[in-house]
Amino acid sequence: MYRWLLCWRYLRTRYIALASVISVTLGVATLIVVNSVMDGFTTEMQGRMHGILSDVILESHSANGLPNHEAIQQTVRDVVGDDLEGMTTVVHVPAMVSIEHRGESITRQINLIGIDSQTYATVSDFSKYLLHPENQEHISFDLKEQGYAPGRKYFPEAGWIHRRRFAAARKKLAQLDMEYHLEKLKNEKLRNAIDSVAISTFDPTTQVPANQNTDVDGGSAPSNAIELSPLPAPPAEYASSASETIEGANETSVPMMGPRFDAVASRPEDAPRIFDAETEQHDGIVLGISIGTTRYRDEFGEVTDYYYVQPGDDVRVTFPSAGNNPTAINKNFTVVDFYESKMSEYDATFAFVPLERLQAARGMEGAICSIQLRLREGADLNHVRDSLRAQFPLDMALQVNTWRDLQGALLAAVQMETTILNILLFLIIAVAGFGILATFFMIVVEKTKDIGVLKSLGASGAGVASIFLGYGVLLGAFGAGVGAVAGLIFVANINTIADWLETITGQAVFDPTVYYFETIPTIVHPLMVVWVIIGAVAIAVMASVLPSIRAARMHPVEALRYE
Amino acid sequence: MNSAYRTRLDPETKISVSTMVVPRRRADAQEPRTPELRIASPYVLEGRDLFKAYRKNKHEVPVLKGCDFRAVSGKVTAILGHSGSGKSTLLHLLGTLDVPDAGEIYFDGERIDAMPRRRRDKFRNSKLGMIFQFYHLLPEISAFQNVLMPMMIKEGFWGYMKNRTAIKSRARDLLCRVGLEHRLHHKPREMSGGEMQRAAIARALVAEPELLLADEPTGNLDRETGKQILGLLAELKRERGLTIVMVTHDESIAAACDSVIHLVDGRIKD
Repeated sequence: MYRWLLCWRYLRTRYIALASVISVTLGVATLIVVNSVMDGFTTEMQGRMHGILSDVILESHSANGLPNHEAIQQTVRDVVGDDLEGMTTVVHVPAMVSIEHRGESITRQINLIGIDSQTYATVSDFSKYLLHPENQEHISFDLKEQGYAPGRKYFPEAGWIHRRRFAAARKKLAQLDMEYHLEKLKNEKLRNAIDSVAISTFDPTTQVPANQNTDVDGGSAPSNAIELSPLPAPPAEYASSASETIEGANETSVPMMGPRFDAVASRPEDAPRIFDAETEQHDGIVLGISIGTTRYRDEFGEVTDYYYVQPGDDVRVTFPSAGNNPTAINKNFTVVDFYESKMSEYDATFAFVPLERLQAARGMEGAICSIQLRLREGADLNHVRDSLRAQFPLDMALQVNTWRDLQGALLAAVQMETTILNILLFLIIAVAGFGILATFFMIVVEKTKDIGVLKSLGASGAGVASIFLGYGVLLGAFGAGVGAVAGLIFVANINTIADWLETITGQAVFDPTVYYFETIPTIVHPLMVVWVIIGAVAIAVMASVLPSIRAARMHPVEALRYE
Repeated sequence: MNSAYRTRLDPETKISVSTMVVPRRRADAQEPRTPELRIASPYVLEGRDLFKAYRKNKHEVPVLKGCDFRAVSGKVTAILGHSGSGKSTLLHLLGTLDVPDAGEIYFDGERIDAMPRRRRDKFRNSKLGMIFQFYHLLPEISAFQNVLMPMMIKEGFWGYMKNRTAIKSRARDLLCRVGLEHRLHHKPREMSGGEMQRAAIARALVAEPELLLADEPTGNLDRETGKQILGLLAELKRERGLTIVMVTHDESIAAACDSVIHLVDGRIKD
């Protein structure tokens, strides 16, 4: 009883000891914040990866893909059985996308993925990451009228509205351009004509009519005409050739105006009829959102996305054909939506097109590259993977992996990062432990006489030691408790605090240009909090063991004599 | 006695002069006590042939050099001596706060100096009350809690919680008895020297010991207050049949006691 009484008294009268546990408090708070944020990140990231990658992937090594995938699918159905929830076939191929932007061609390296819009949604959360609400419901490669990403300011008119407006504008521009060139040609020819007439005035053979002509034109002196035209005389039949050129301006002007003007329309052999961008679209493509954007800070420090391309614009994709001698294939696609998984790696490289179009364009004749499976909730992925591996030996050029296998390195790296951070932060608390040790030694020395008195009253060494041990427990618990509360409050308001720090320091704490999260994701595991508190209290107790032993060993007579 | 000390030492000094230690405490087997003596002894507290030396740096400083002590039950025994004569050391040995290098101490016929540490703690707690020149109250807690302290130590947590009403009323009664009814919940630093010594007396008596050891109880008090404290001790002795052993350097105080032992240079002067 006396132990607790004295322990409590010491706690209330020795504020220096409280100061020594501030570092414990800070350590605990930091640990909780760091673990919550790391857990938040990991969970979010895993969720997204999993959503994108489906559960189990059967991938072919062959560049030409798997021609006999129907049989393989049947085998998979037999092997996996009831655990199978969804299955889809996919073609993926490295590719390059060219985006026309202000007359420049921007190229990006992408991973072109042909998906089956009917079954792809059954294996992954692909549709969840699309911007158009209707596409989120049901994937479609048809351009929507409007309504992309409601709630975002970037493209209110994306879709057919945008496409029509731009197509009309381009048509108009092309027309203006054409008229301008025609005018220029006309003027040039006219001037040439005038010049040749002026020169011809010096021709003694045609002198009289030419003179008449110049008089009518502006009454200019014949001496002027000599300076103007050192050129030799043009062919006599200039008038007829000029008229021909004007009629043929349609052909000759096109190359001058660059690739912005519909290349399909200009190549009669590709499109027998003229492609009308105002009412027609190419095959749809869903671009990863980072392919067509850059993220930057505007002059007000706001994070803004700049879009080179919007739904409704056309892009050109270059990819290899199937077969043993691949050649590059160019194909136009119309951007019908963006894909935003917020995994920057995927957002910057993935582009989705309809499976059958890609197969046809590559000449794959129905072959596919990989089969993706979604399993029932709670199914043992590794077990399914192993039984599938047994079914498809390696010589079939078919690799079976779970999504964890494919992202193993990344997941392990994040895990290691978390572990190292935990170790470092516990070292901070251990350092705090030495502070407690020093403070406790001081308190034990200060309390020497009281220890002597207690012993003279019959308190045992263990009893005296337990006063200081209990003191350590209480201090540690107090420090850890305050730290836990502070940490949890911090985690709960972490985004507000980040914003606030940003306004004060002007430095972005959590930069959305770096991470593809709008806010900091956090998850608090109660067990983690409990373990952190236990660890901190244990360190405080360990730090108070030595001073306690010293107190217990103190000789009562010497302690009473202590001044 | 001096020669006895030397003869004891001689075999040791042959080996090493620097460690001029007095012989270690003899084991019971070597010198068996006679049972008759234990029963026949009229003394509640008895010290026989006590040796004690303290080590200061490398030098042994002998304090007690073969000192005998007897206290008669129900009497006040004064130990009179100058500073450094070893009287406080003798009191500490009697109170089992320290163990003698040689010699035996008996309480009620039971040898107490060779008891294990735990039993000595228990003995101090229940059979012994101690008061000091500088009161030695715990500064963080009130007079009342100071008085409760021995009972808390004695009963442990559950025992104390079970009997706390009885214990608290006993402590309150004792504090009233020593005249501190108005200082129950004052901290030691808010009390005068006399009041602190009264609180210390109440603390020493709360566990109802048979023996009270007082180390210069009036040494830090003025004459008048000291007289009051001594009067209080005399009254308590009479009421409770206490045996009191009091260390003092004041001859007038010693003269008022039932018996006086003069301690000179670590030995009893007859």
